[in-house]
Amino acid sequence: MADLSVLGAAGDYRRIAAMWVRSALAYRGSFVTMTISSFLMTFLDFVAIGLMFHVIDRLAGFELWQVALLYGASGIGIGIADMVIGSVELIGQHIRMGTLDAMLVRPVPLLVQVCADRFALRRLGRISQTVIVFGYGAWHVDWDLAKVAVAVLMCVGAVAIFFALFVGVSCVQFWTHDASEIANAFTYGGNTMTQYPLTIFPTEVAKSLTFVIPVAFTNWYSCLYLLDRPDPFGAPAWFALLPLPVGALMVGLALLVWRAGVRTYTSTGS
Amino acid sequence: MLHVAIATRAFRRYSTYRAATVSGIFTNSVFGVIYSYAYLALWAQRPHAGGYDATDAVTYVWIGQALLMTVALWGGGTTDELAERIRTGDVAVDLYRPVGLLGWYLAGDLGRAAYHFLTRGLGPTVIGLVVFHIRLPGTPAAALGFLASLVLAVMTSFAIRFLVASSAFWLLDQSGVKMLSGVCAIFFTGMALPLVIFPEPLRSIALALPWASYLQTPADIWLGKDAGTDLLAALGVQVLWLVVLFACCRAVLAAATRKVVVQGG
Repeated sequence: MADLSVLGAAGDYRRIAAMWVRSALAYRGSFVTMTISSFLMTFLDFVAIGLMFHVIDRLAGFELWQVALLYGASGIGIGIADMVIGSVELIGQHIRMGTLDAMLVRPVPLLVQVCADRFALRRLGRISQTVIVFGYGAWHVDWDLAKVAVAVLMCVGAVAIFFALFVGVSCVQFWTHDASEIANAFTYGGNTMTQYPLTIFPTEVAKSLTFVIPVAFTNWYSCLYLLDRPDPFGAPAWFALLPLPVGALMVGLALLVWRAGVRTYTSTGS
Repeated sequence: MLHVAIATRAFRRYSTYRAATVSGIFTNSVFGVIYSYAYLALWAQRPHAGGYDATDAVTYVWIGQALLMTVALWGGGTTDELAERIRTGDVAVDLYRPVGLLGWYLAGDLGRAAYHFLTRGLGPTVIGLVVFHIRLPGTPAAALGFLASLVLAVMTSFAIRFLVASSAFWLLDQSGVKMLSGVCAIFFTGMALPLVIFPEPLRSIALALPWASYLQTPADIWLGKDAGTDLLAALGVQVLWLVVLFACCRAVLAAATRKVVVQGG
């Protein structure tokens, strides 16, 4: 039964998402400009890092292509997670407007409805940009089979970690309905931190990004393996294999928090 | 007087979202910390890049976080309501009112900016002061100049947002143009990287564009890079852009009023 319900949820998700894609295409001009803007926004974000290298050769010991690898890996992770379930951020708005009540009585899991709501295909613009940046970094990597495996595990793990962060921190809004922005500190903040080599931060920050909010696993340890570099903070090399287990653990935790949040939910009644 | 009343109401309206304000200050501060360390790494390699020292660079980061919401760098503010009223056709009612559309929305936006300055501006600045020991304006002239420059920055940003919202008169939906304008703003205000360390000729071009008003000009006045006649010249450039942009707003409004299509009427 469990498998069937997962398949059912995926089907529901696809149907709701398809509806939003059709609705976005109604204003075709806006859809095209927004996809281009989404690409440009992250593109210029990386151009800014590139311009830094106009002034310096290395940033905290890393060359531009190495930073590109870090930037791309983390960016692909958050890009895919954001496209698929980023709408969960709007949970507070659903609570305020009372639309969550309508969702609760529908025969589709709440999380699926919230995530598929306003599904935005334009976010492909951002994902394609990060893939290009990752490709630029990857071009210089000395690849072998083990590294390919580590890279694949890293990308899947990064999506899972950002997925868990999006869902987990959005749950804060079950308790404070208009504090949606705090989630950005962890999701986009986590992404911005991992765009740079962790060596720019003090040791305590790097440690907390590993053990407290483990965004370091979205790219740092695996990329160090791809670059044949030991961890400057002294972490063992096998940390490179951890993105997937860490991601799975975090998704489990996030779903528990979600369930606790839904249980405490009381309608605003308006 | 009417405009003061509009501004006060807008101020109060924004002040009802307390949790949103606190969570916003937290988020701005997290980004302030991240960019501070990134810039410290850069300035450790090149201690005088762009004529800034490391303290200037970190101060610049926190000014940026403080001004992000105040000047509505990404868009938003009262112009979003205007765009929505254009889309729904309600703007037809606004156009009949005996109050200028431009002045009405500008007054509201200044009220919004004042609220955001006192909360999301001062909040991160205090945290920046405690955590990174950022630089404060060295002279009264720098402090006053900064405030004057900030008002001009909000008005410049308003004029550009007004033009973006007005695109809805023709496109019905402003969201694409708004996002594109936000992208330009992030890059050309110096939010992503201080304009002073852009390579030439990109640096000169970016400094001459109206977006420099949003962050680079107020920051340079705060840091004392623009003092004396340079300070007056910097404010003069801001005023110049403001005059041009408001003239554009008027022209667009006149054209829109002539061809306005009221939906659902």
